[in-house]
Amino acid sequence: MHLSLGLAQISPRLGLFPENLQLHLERIHRARDAGADLVIFPELSLTGYILQDLVSDLAINPAHSMQLQPLLDECREIDCIFGFVEESDNFKYYNSAAYVSKGKIQHIHRKLYLPTYGMFDEMRFFAMGEKLRTVKTEFGPLGLLICEDLWHPSTLFLHAQDGAWMVVTISSSPGRGIRGDKSFQTSQGWESLLKTMSQFYTVYNIYVNRAGTEDGAYFPGGSMVVDPNGEIVAQSTSSGDDFIFAELDSAEIRRARLQTPVLRDERLELTLRELTRIIRQRSNFDENN
Amino acid sequence: MRLNCPLVVKVLECFIRDELRKAGFEKIVVGLSGGIDSAVSCFLAARALGASNVHAVMMPYQTSSQESLSDANSVVEMLQVNNEMIEITPIVDGYFGSQAQSKHLRRGNVMARARMIVLFDKSMQYEALVLGTSNKTELLLGYGTLYGDMASAINPIGDLYKTDVFTLARYLKVPESILDKKPTADLWEGQSDEDELGFTYAAVDKLLHELIDQRVSRQALLQRGFSKDFVNKVLNKIRNSQFKRRGPVICKVSPRSVNHDFHYLRDWGM
Repeated sequence: MHLSLGLAQISPRLGLFPENLQLHLERIHRARDAGADLVIFPELSLTGYILQDLVSDLAINPAHSMQLQPLLDECREIDCIFGFVEESDNFKYYNSAAYVSKGKIQHIHRKLYLPTYGMFDEMRFFAMGEKLRTVKTEFGPLGLLICEDLWHPSTLFLHAQDGAWMVVTISSSPGRGIRGDKSFQTSQGWESLLKTMSQFYTVYNIYVNRAGTEDGAYFPGGSMVVDPNGEIVAQSTSSGDDFIFAELDSAEIRRARLQTPVLRDERLELTLRELTRIIRQRSNFDENN
Repeated sequence: MRLNCPLVVKVLECFIRDELRKAGFEKIVVGLSGGIDSAVSCFLAARALGASNVHAVMMPYQTSSQESLSDANSVVEMLQVNNEMIEITPIVDGYFGSQAQSKHLRRGNVMARARMIVLFDKSMQYEALVLGTSNKTELLLGYGTLYGDMASAINPIGDLYKTDVFTLARYLKVPESILDKKPTADLWEGQSDEDELGFTYAAVDKLLHELIDQRVSRQALLQRGFSKDFVNKVLNKIRNSQFKRRGPVICKVSPRSVNHDFHYLRDWGM
């Protein structure tokens, strides 16, 4: 199975939905013209990232709103992943990623881990997602994650066990740490994480980070695709707006899993048994508090 | 403490361009004192926007040193930015008038605020934003005048320590005479930052890096060889100047109040 990807590294405008929608339509066009099967946008690509009290103003309940229709219409011949503020039927707000195919939203992933420390304040404004499921695409099973989700390896573990052969992490990660040799210390962190995760789980890791600034927070892009051997096969060399393409091939997964069958050898019952014990002990003795 | 200069310059240039254009501006206005901070801010702005979009304003008071003015001029000449000189002597002396010899600090504060008035007026005249020139060391120590030199619209160097500003200045090829001289606010004759603070920038930046960026505890800092007096002095300066880093305190009486629970970035809708 082959898959041609377009990674749309954009700078969404904070709180300006119509402008951001236009930006999406333009990039989807470009990806389609270039022959891509799937185009991917960053976290909260339709709204901007540090939304704070804007969250409720920009929230969309896809079941009832027509606001996404122009975007969905554009995705009849190409698949698309984008980020938006989702409002649920019971008025909770989620930092969500949607998978669109054949003009319809096929799947929504709600961010599971909301960073609320240092410069981050997500849990104040968003509810936590409660589910992790792979998407059945025509290119094979795909795992969706949002930014901080990837820093909890259990998410990738679950996606890989659930059959994903590619995991897409969309992100709005501001650059921090200017005393390193190459890029931001945070950018280097992402790169080593993605490489290691690919090796651990023999999957493709696709990372799409945004560019631009929000009140002095600088988003350094650095979108990339890492193959199941942990090698970077495509990477944005720009910290600004960019569009990069990559080819994915399931034969690479097959080869990696033949060479290093760690996924086959995973012992789920053992993990579950020990996890159950740890959880029981924690609730009994509160020993980890 | 080594600084990745190419990365920092790239980020700060993008920051200046981005924040300016989002707000609907093309130009910046910056006060040039002849010191290293405003020189670096001006260099960054010229790189980010092109010299024609930068307005440098020199604002000497009658006691300002000639050296400051000639150093500011060397920046202007090197970068070929727009420039003008507005003497603040009539503003400051007009205010103090016959008030008997006021203290250094009062006079210094009024000078800094007179410059702020000029810069924000020029900002309106040229449809430009005021570029900040306060570094992280002085922001943390509160070594600046509230609503004076601390006032600006965007500040590219506010997260760089003074020693970083020196490193960056060398990288940007700021004139040697500015790199070589002792840092001074030049608010009165013979003033020197390091004499006034009672420690060197090299020493305090090392401490601040540990304390603020690395969140090393006071106890651990003492074990690492920082003297107790020095650590206490710096901690007190940081604590006592918190008011300068925040807006005025508003008394909350309604369900949703400015500065309490009205959360929007400045970039909101820009």
